[in-house]
Amino acid sequence: MLELQNISFTAPDGKDILKNISLTVDDRFVAITGPNGSGKSTLLKVIMGIVTPTAGKIILDGEDITDLPINERANRGMGLAFQQPVHFKGLKVRDLLELAGAKDTPKKTRYLHACDILGQVGLCAQDYIDRELDGTLSGGEMKRIEIAMTAARGTKLTLFDEPEAGIDLWSFQSLIHVFEKLHEQTGGNVLIISHQERILNIADKIIYLKDGEVDQYDDRDKVISRLSFGARQKACNYCGDMREEG
Amino acid sequence: MEQIDKELLKQVAELDSLPVGAYNIRTNGESSARNTTADIDIVSKTDKSGIDIIIKPGTKNQSVHIPVIISKSGLKELVYNDFFIGEDCDVTIVAGCGISNCGGEDSAHDGIHSFFVGKNSKVKYIEKHYGEGTGRGKRFMNPTTVIELGEGASMELETAQIGGIDDTLRITRATVGKDAALVIHDKILTDGGQKANAELSVALNGDGSSCDLISRGVAKENSVQNVTIKIDGNAACHGHAECDSIIMDHGVISATPMLTASNVDASLIHEAAIGKIAGEQLTKLMTMGLDEKEAEELIIRGFLR
Repeated sequence: MLELQNISFTAPDGKDILKNISLTVDDRFVAITGPNGSGKSTLLKVIMGIVTPTAGKIILDGEDITDLPINERANRGMGLAFQQPVHFKGLKVRDLLELAGAKDTPKKTRYLHACDILGQVGLCAQDYIDRELDGTLSGGEMKRIEIAMTAARGTKLTLFDEPEAGIDLWSFQSLIHVFEKLHEQTGGNVLIISHQERILNIADKIIYLKDGEVDQYDDRDKVISRLSFGARQKACNYCGDMREEG
Repeated sequence: MEQIDKELLKQVAELDSLPVGAYNIRTNGESSARNTTADIDIVSKTDKSGIDIIIKPGTKNQSVHIPVIISKSGLKELVYNDFFIGEDCDVTIVAGCGISNCGGEDSAHDGIHSFFVGKNSKVKYIEKHYGEGTGRGKRFMNPTTVIELGEGASMELETAQIGGIDDTLRITRATVGKDAALVIHDKILTDGGQKANAELSVALNGDGSSCDLISRGVAKENSVQNVTIKIDGNAACHGHAECDSIIMDHGVISATPMLTASNVDASLIHEAAIGKIAGEQLTKLMTMGLDEKEAEELIIRGFLR
């Protein structure tokens, strides 16, 4: 269970990105949505320890982790799939997937698990396991590998920053299946930034961020009905802004 | 063979025991083990130190190992190894030099390797340089590689100097004939006060010739690397060079590309990048549970793979 207490973050230029955010995440899937610039990615970075909040506390399963570095949070059971996957010259898909596997499991088990996860994101393990994580992979391939690497860790709190970006619609169902399997395996919480209706539809709860503040945080249906003004408007799939339908 | 020699052999040639096929192991200035096959002959030179390796035309799927190990402090040597590779061959050559210097005197190995690769032959060459030892004596290595690729021949070189060498000048010169292809992957890791100079120079002389030269360097602490890559496009050819380097601490790397085209159908490209490890790479690996130092080590290990 994750608890944020009065989290604020002010950028070096003085702009308030996150304003006094307090919330608890204890559901299976929680989606974060909201317009561009509302602070969604910054919030995930604060939770993971990549950005240090200006004020407030982060509590994971009762432990104050506000001052812990990224890797110690990771080792306490947190993971983050980046919005923009990172390239590594020379490192292969296999290297990072094996790194993601539990350290006490044998190498072969980790390898088989890695292959299974690649299959889940729609990549043939045999074709990808020895590919380098460099510019030879397309944006969509990198994105799927990023999701696979993060899911392979099987953490109790897993954060995904716009996992659908760059993924074609055909694989949406597979993506949702990855989240479901992850939850099945860990019994933990999955926090997903998304603008996609199909992902919002599987969320138990939705957080709607606006101008760095929590505008809505409630059960999925309630938030969707409040945001859609009687189904005449919906969140744009691309920018998250509310738009008239039709 | 003494334990220290065995360990050096493992480092430079990944050998736990004597290799299969032809080999010549040079230990502390002398040939300590040799094997020849029906297709590969190894003959000691009579006018100077070194060997001739003669590979018969049509030799396929065979290998030659010629590692050099120096464990005696103060030993300095200049060795000439010439490879005569006949037509239509497909062979792998594994060289390499390991110096362990625990004494007070400087040790040095200067190796000059010349390759004459016959028509339509394919050669893979792997060379690793390694130094260790806690003595005050320094470890020097100056390898020179000269390559002549005949028509339709191809050669792939994987050369690496991964730590432990105080000073090195690595020279590679190649001439590439008609429809021949040369690929070089060169890797250098320096630390402490080490200095490394590398000069790669390729002349693409035949129509349809090509080269792909990839140099990766990591300079840690106060070490200095200078890399010069020179391609002369003298025919209808394709040349590509890439210098990619990571600097850490107070390391210095200088990369100099030199492209000369003297034929309108020559196409030459050079790319160079020097910088520190990208912050986002460290962050990504830290989100997977590695601390900063472990993340750095993994990034460098991959980069120099």
